[in-house]
Amino acid sequence: MKYFGLVWAGLWRKKTRTVFTMISIVIAFLLFGLLQGINQGFGTAMANLDVDRLYVSARTSMTDGMPISYLSRIRSVPGVRAVSLWAYFGGYFQDARKPIPAFATDAVELFRVYKEIKIKPEYIEAMAKTRTGVLVGEALAAQYGWKIGDRIPIGTSIWTNKSGSNTWEFDIVGTFDASAYGAGFPSFYLNWSYFDEARQFGTGETHYYIVSVQDPKQAERVSRDIDALFANSSVETRTQTEYALAQSQLKQLGDINFIANAIVGAVLFTLLFLTANTMMQSVRERTSELAVLKTLGFSDTKVLVLVLTEALLLCLFAAGLGIAVAALVFESPALQKLFGDFSMPAIVATMGAGIAVLVAFVSGFPPAWRARQLNIVDALAGR
Amino acid sequence: MKMFRQIGAVTGMNFRSLPQRVSTSLVVVIGIAGVVAVLVSVLAMSTGLIQTMENTGREDRAIVMRNGSIAETSSALDRDSARLIVDGAGIKRDAQGEPILSAETMRILSLRKKEDDSEVNAILRGVGPKLQQLRPELKIVEGRMFQPAVTEIIVGKSAHAQFKGLNIGDVVTSRGANWTVVGIFETGGDAHESSLMTDAETLISIDKRGAFQSVTALLESPAAFQAFKDSLSSNPGLSVDVVREREYYQQQSKTLSTIISVIAYVVGGIMAVGAVFAALNTMYSAVSARLQEIATLRALGFGSTAMVMSVLAEALVLALIGGAIGALIAWLFFNGNTVSTSGGGMGQMVFELSVSPQLMILGIVWACIIGVLGGLFPAVRAARLPVAMALRAV
Repeated sequence: MKYFGLVWAGLWRKKTRTVFTMISIVIAFLLFGLLQGINQGFGTAMANLDVDRLYVSARTSMTDGMPISYLSRIRSVPGVRAVSLWAYFGGYFQDARKPIPAFATDAVELFRVYKEIKIKPEYIEAMAKTRTGVLVGEALAAQYGWKIGDRIPIGTSIWTNKSGSNTWEFDIVGTFDASAYGAGFPSFYLNWSYFDEARQFGTGETHYYIVSVQDPKQAERVSRDIDALFANSSVETRTQTEYALAQSQLKQLGDINFIANAIVGAVLFTLLFLTANTMMQSVRERTSELAVLKTLGFSDTKVLVLVLTEALLLCLFAAGLGIAVAALVFESPALQKLFGDFSMPAIVATMGAGIAVLVAFVSGFPPAWRARQLNIVDALAGR
Repeated sequence: MKMFRQIGAVTGMNFRSLPQRVSTSLVVVIGIAGVVAVLVSVLAMSTGLIQTMENTGREDRAIVMRNGSIAETSSALDRDSARLIVDGAGIKRDAQGEPILSAETMRILSLRKKEDDSEVNAILRGVGPKLQQLRPELKIVEGRMFQPAVTEIIVGKSAHAQFKGLNIGDVVTSRGANWTVVGIFETGGDAHESSLMTDAETLISIDKRGAFQSVTALLESPAAFQAFKDSLSSNPGLSVDVVREREYYQQQSKTLSTIISVIAYVVGGIMAVGAVFAALNTMYSAVSARLQEIATLRALGFGSTAMVMSVLAEALVLALIGGAIGALIAWLFFNGNTVSTSGGGMGQMVFELSVSPQLMILGIVWACIIGVLGGLFPAVRAARLPVAMALRAV
């Protein structure tokens, strides 16, 4: 520790060079933090939040419906706390090109399954009393200027109602705040019972049952029990945890993991050359100074350690700064809205530190070794 | 004229001394190669997607969907509507005088990718009996066409290559049916090659659906589109949207290709900033290594413009080399690679990455900009150097 001043002085010997190198490292680790943070964050955030929620869909495809009669049978599986359902409605308001994430559901149960949604109890009551009622996310309501009590026409290209129209009229009975689940969470709910009565086809079906289990440790068993219940029936089911479901949807998008790793790999490879070059230059310029240190009695190993520490200090400091900036970006309101509660996963910060140390050693070792091998007489003579 | 000779002389000197500064110069080359490689390969994804979609659809085919549908998957057309569409104006007729069109329906099939066994949604499209007249580009490359009224399917070339269990003779299970694969088709590299096809009536009866989802019609000519559209929209019994097939598919890929491009430019942009600083570093050290040389030249009467230009030229050449290497890496590793993603409303789409010449040029332009930015400040420093002081620094 007593040599800190010496290392520090060595680092800032050429200010411009150190600053430029540092900015490059900061940017490399900013990218690393952003890409790996999103990559890891998708998984971890969901895994932590939703271990007690299961999604039941038809085994053949999640767009195939399941009979509504499954509801009571799933409810009677031991360990199940609450069951709600989602039937895809789709629809749009005024402009067909701007779809609304609308689902038919059982509202009372829905808010027992998604506990983090904030809603006033009287809205849930109103929803139960109003057949044509809908509950709307606050952001969506604000977007279209909807208020409680409004009657709104929602168009759909799929569902024709019994009066032969594609336009359904709904009454807004309440709003809710589901920001805990991010922007992708459906934010428009109608009563499934009304929907089922009024639609011309597809009667008696739903696309998802959402099951909340009493004990997350039982989730595996409950999901097996549910699937066993309907095995060999005409509509077999598949029960997944929210995490598994999100993972498989993410996978459909493409191999995000590979892309993130490939880019980060390219960035870090480039970085290695940059820092190695900076350290090499800095040691070469200080040949005579290092020789003086040795003359003063610094051992060969000590000089090696001094140079390595300098590389370490440079990399760790800049890497920390880069990851801190990435973490700040994640805290920004825009991203919070998109992903829900999201912050830099600790594992990414740790990985970043590890990589910084690695880069420091790989790029710092050759010049450090050169400094160690320095012959005092030759170095002072400038040979 | 004298100025140009000066610039030439100094730049030539710089390049001859480059070998002494190999390791520093490599930093610029490698740094810029990295930026360009990442930028070009990510953009190759969106280019590939757009190319596939632009291949899909013809000007003289129109697709009819329920009014307000964004995609076929969210459209429903009952039999009455399908019957009315047949009477639309401008539809091409075959030798028997029957209009060439296909009322289609689709369902999603869960398949697994060959490469990592992950589950994907592929589209099984139910098509009408006039399919091959409607789509002359569709050719069976292996096996035979499906028969109506039995559960047989043909699979697209890309789907066959990417997804498991789609060889001839394999059986694909969906709700209520086991589909036997009887043929493999190609459609000239368009989006349909990612899908599977069967007879529409068979699919409708198995899915117990009462309706089609879209009707695709072959028109007499591209110009007949307006007449066709008008005749359908003026029919009070119909509430449909009519779009040219090509426009429809371009629209479907728009969101996705925009997202990919934004990612490419954000990541590429951040990396470029990093590379500018790396280049600054290199060029500053190149200038400081030649301090006395520059001062001597200035004392001999070389102008400051010559100094600026020579440093810039060096940065530019290094950047060009880096950019070319980066573009080449992207081309070598990624051109022609197939990837698949879930495009909006299209099910799982398979397409080839395409590192086009335009993309490579774009990459090299980026490289040059990075080079110039990185070379500018060191160049100005070289020009402003007080001669006497630099000479005394010996």
